[in-house]
Amino acid sequence: MPLDRRYVLAAAALATLLPLSACTTDKPDSASSPRSSAGTKKNTGDQSKFFVQADYDAQLAMRSKTATGPAEKPWEQAIDPQMVDTARYKKAGPYHLCFSNAATNNPWRQVGWKTMQAEVATHPEIKEFTVLDAEGKDDKQISDIAELQAKGCDALIVSPNTTTTLTPAVKAACGKVPVIVFDRGVQADCPVTFIKPIGGYAFGAEGAEFLKQKVKPKGKILALRILPGVDVLETRWSAAKIAFDNSELDVVGVEFTEGDAAKTKSIVTNYIQRHGKIDGVWMDAGATAVAAAEAFEDAGQPVPPINGEDQQDFLQKWKDAKLTAIAPTYPTYQWRTPIIAALKVLGGESVPKVWNLPQPTITQDNLDSYLKPGMPPLHYALCGCEDMAGYPQNWGGKK
Amino acid sequence: MTQHIATLWAKRPTPRGLAVDSPARPVFLALGLMLVVGWLLFTIDGGQFFSQANIVGIQQRSAALGIVAVGQTLAILAGSLDLSVAFLISLSSLIAAETMAEYGVLAGIGATLVVSAVVGLVNGLVITRLKVHAFIATLGVALIIKGVLESRYDGPAGHVPESFQRIGFDRIGPVPVSALLWLAIAVAAWFLLSRTTLGYRIFAVGGDPEVARLSGVRTDRVIVTTHVLCSLAAGAAGLLLAARLGAGAPTVGTDGGYDLESVAAVVLGGTALAGGRGGVAGTVGGVLLLAVLDSSFNQLEINSFAKDVVRGVVLVAALAVYARRRYAR
Amino acid sequence: MRRNLPIFGVLTVLLVAIAIANPYFLEPQGFLAFVKRAAPLAILAAGQYFVIVSGEFDLSVGSLVTAEVVIAARLVDGDPGATWPVIALLLAFGALVGAVNGLVTTLLRVPSFIVTLGMLLILSGAVSLWTDGSPRGALSEQFRQFGRGTIGPVPWSALILGAVVAYVVWLMRADFGRTLVATGDNQTAAALSGVRVHRVKTIAFVLSGLSAAVCAILLGGFAGVSAQVGQGLEFQVITAVVLGGVVLGGGRGSVAAAIAGAFTLQALFTLLNLHGISGALEFTVQGLILIVAVALGTLQPSWRPRRRKPPALTS
Repeated sequence: MPLDRRYVLAAAALATLLPLSACTTDKPDSASSPRSSAGTKKNTGDQSKFFVQADYDAQLAMRSKTATGPAEKPWEQAIDPQMVDTARYKKAGPYHLCFSNAATNNPWRQVGWKTMQAEVATHPEIKEFTVLDAEGKDDKQISDIAELQAKGCDALIVSPNTTTTLTPAVKAACGKVPVIVFDRGVQADCPVTFIKPIGGYAFGAEGAEFLKQKVKPKGKILALRILPGVDVLETRWSAAKIAFDNSELDVVGVEFTEGDAAKTKSIVTNYIQRHGKIDGVWMDAGATAVAAAEAFEDAGQPVPPINGEDQQDFLQKWKDAKLTAIAPTYPTYQWRTPIIAALKVLGGESVPKVWNLPQPTITQDNLDSYLKPGMPPLHYALCGCEDMAGYPQNWGGKK
Repeated sequence: MTQHIATLWAKRPTPRGLAVDSPARPVFLALGLMLVVGWLLFTIDGGQFFSQANIVGIQQRSAALGIVAVGQTLAILAGSLDLSVAFLISLSSLIAAETMAEYGVLAGIGATLVVSAVVGLVNGLVITRLKVHAFIATLGVALIIKGVLESRYDGPAGHVPESFQRIGFDRIGPVPVSALLWLAIAVAAWFLLSRTTLGYRIFAVGGDPEVARLSGVRTDRVIVTTHVLCSLAAGAAGLLLAARLGAGAPTVGTDGGYDLESVAAVVLGGTALAGGRGGVAGTVGGVLLLAVLDSSFNQLEINSFAKDVVRGVVLVAALAVYARRRYAR
Repeated sequence: MRRNLPIFGVLTVLLVAIAIANPYFLEPQGFLAFVKRAAPLAILAAGQYFVIVSGEFDLSVGSLVTAEVVIAARLVDGDPGATWPVIALLLAFGALVGAVNGLVTTLLRVPSFIVTLGMLLILSGAVSLWTDGSPRGALSEQFRQFGRGTIGPVPWSALILGAVVAYVVWLMRADFGRTLVATGDNQTAAALSGVRVHRVKTIAFVLSGLSAAVCAILLGGFAGVSAQVGQGLEFQVITAVVLGGVVLGGGRGSVAAAIAGAFTLQALFTLLNLHGISGALEFTVQGLILIVAVALGTLQPSWRPRRRKPPALTS
């Protein structure tokens, strides 16, 4: 009877499922097993395969270095610049700049993109600014970069969607036009300059060291990450992992939130229920920091030391609820720098080969200087856009 | 009114009744119109629509979606649907890149196609043997693949040899190799649908599975076959994307939105979502229409949000036009 | 009711498993926290149930939830006085979107899968255009109360869910329910026996739109303003409804079971989270359970009567 066969198949499917769920329960449960302090195996998992010791050391060292350049314009400053000569790109204006943007699909990129457009508007020597938005698709960005080369650009700015997969396309463009890369890098030496803040290791370490300082030994730490496998986020966690592994703190969980506020709140609520108390929260990005803090409030507990990012809603919450907090940043003012760099390159001025921008941390002491009333909840404070035309309304703020 | 509905429902197309190409006519009209509009927009904006760069760009951008959509056409014609293609494309690109790095190009192609075929087989068997609705079955398989991707890969992996990368970048005059690959797959599917018994059966099963079964068609076998073919097409798209990216990437399929976009392209091309009516030619037209639309957006630098609005309106409007034509007869 | 037993059985098993892993779950506070978390999806599932049982799909709800939260934040803008007018507006907007979906599906005869896919694109694009890419403004505390606050020990969202459940169960027992199921079961027959098919289906879409509005009010209240609050909800909610034994294609399944399906899905997430398999294989387990549950559901009627006879309909 054919029906019987269907039952067998369904049963077979169930049979493959059962051991699967069974074996997951065998996994050492981070929550219920008693945890010891430093010295024993930590609950932070294996180190990410993205981890590069040399980069880690360099970034951590850069945190204490002073950047050179105009003090009031961090987006023009550089840490340890190794200048390269650009005389061969020198050319008379006006200029046609092109930009291949990975995406504008999150608030960080939105703030940055608006800032970049405002920067372009300040330079009359830019007669044309052609932009293609890859909408987060690697394949489209490869085509976009090829297409931009046929548009007669004087310089090409690229914000790659993925490091590895965009490398061939960027290499191909290098031969035809000076290329400036920012945010994520590419695995090639050919761009004239690569612009970035100090980086993810510094970001992650900043938050973790704050918790080491504020939370007593054996305190329970919950680490919240957005997604696995995103290079800029992996570096943040791997630096935090090192800090936690070398501490007396007890990391009770490392969870992925997918950047979803509701999911974040549920996860934190679950942990509060299971452990009774969480003593510190580490986050790899600030977008859901307010949701995490609210989970403690709704459970009737004080919010423990927490790190967020320079997003307006978190800074506001920090001030209003008097949190013990810190906010490492990945400044959106880096979107101004590529335009400035392109004009320098076309003017024949030398630029740093790797342009390390300063990456300030918001602390209790300087919180008030970064919190700007009237800005939208997902605005990033380090946009470096306060003095630009159209501020604050172009960034969604109120005067 | 009631009477009207009743007759509508009673009127089933005979499997072969509507020629494969007939429903495709409006999409080619729309495509022609869109080409003119695109050319006008480019000219006004100071660009060149029929420049080599733009023509190549349009083809490069549409080849991967085009290949998946051809496969999706087969599944939809048989009255099914495949929502697992996006994750399968990611998985294929990774298998291709990892196997090629270790064992060479041929092994990479072979491994990718075998895995794709197995996924298609699972889709087909879950639908036919376990009687799970295609929407749920392929959504479930999509989740399973997603879990595998997330637990096994944490970023781009593998490496595609230079020789194979050329499939993604070489071109003959204004025609890229990727577009030729798409064309070859489309022609093969067209031949299958219009010149073989299997093709006839796909239309029959999609038109009315009960009637098809009563007239001796082994409907389950037909549905399983279309799902294997659909997954193979997704595997081929994964291979092409691996060649373009030089590596495999766990998010390339979902970032591209190949699941819902391929369905959209198929129905834009005049294939009925319920199955039994339509064809591959229309799908090719649908994909090209989307690509020309995209290219015009690119030239005018319209932001991606406005693009979504226009795509949504175009999709619904096109389907409304098809419905009018069908019921006006 | 007996036909719904499987999903309630599965739900019970999952709840017991959660209670074993986390005893706090048995305390009223722990359980109510779970209900509060499940309420938005459960309400959305109730709405989606109407559409699915009438033989259609609504893929636009995820986008609609995001749109509603973003609209609410911009219009409320932290002003407590704006709370009620904006809530009224959100409900009206949800109903309007549902009505458009329903009318395009029925009058223009475009498959609902495509209509609502188009609506998904249009809504997400239009809202981002309106806010220039990222949400503005803020929700008032009064607005957030519904998703976040409690009356005594009971969360607002649990009460709202209770009211919604009472309403939809009543609705399905009224004439509307019978005509809706009949329409999904066999549209031609229903039309012949005098059901105004277009009207019934359009109302189903309106109810789905309304459920998305309520879901948005709860989710926005629960977790605050976010640009991705509704992401992927459309597939989650269809999964929930189908887990509840409601058959895609229409005509079969109960609204209570659809809501139980949403609770089951939420319980599954919670359990997976408790056992620390979130992230890695969570999705694989989800996918397998979905297929197996639906397979067992469709195989089961063989030893039970396949379905009740379609209710007699008079015009």
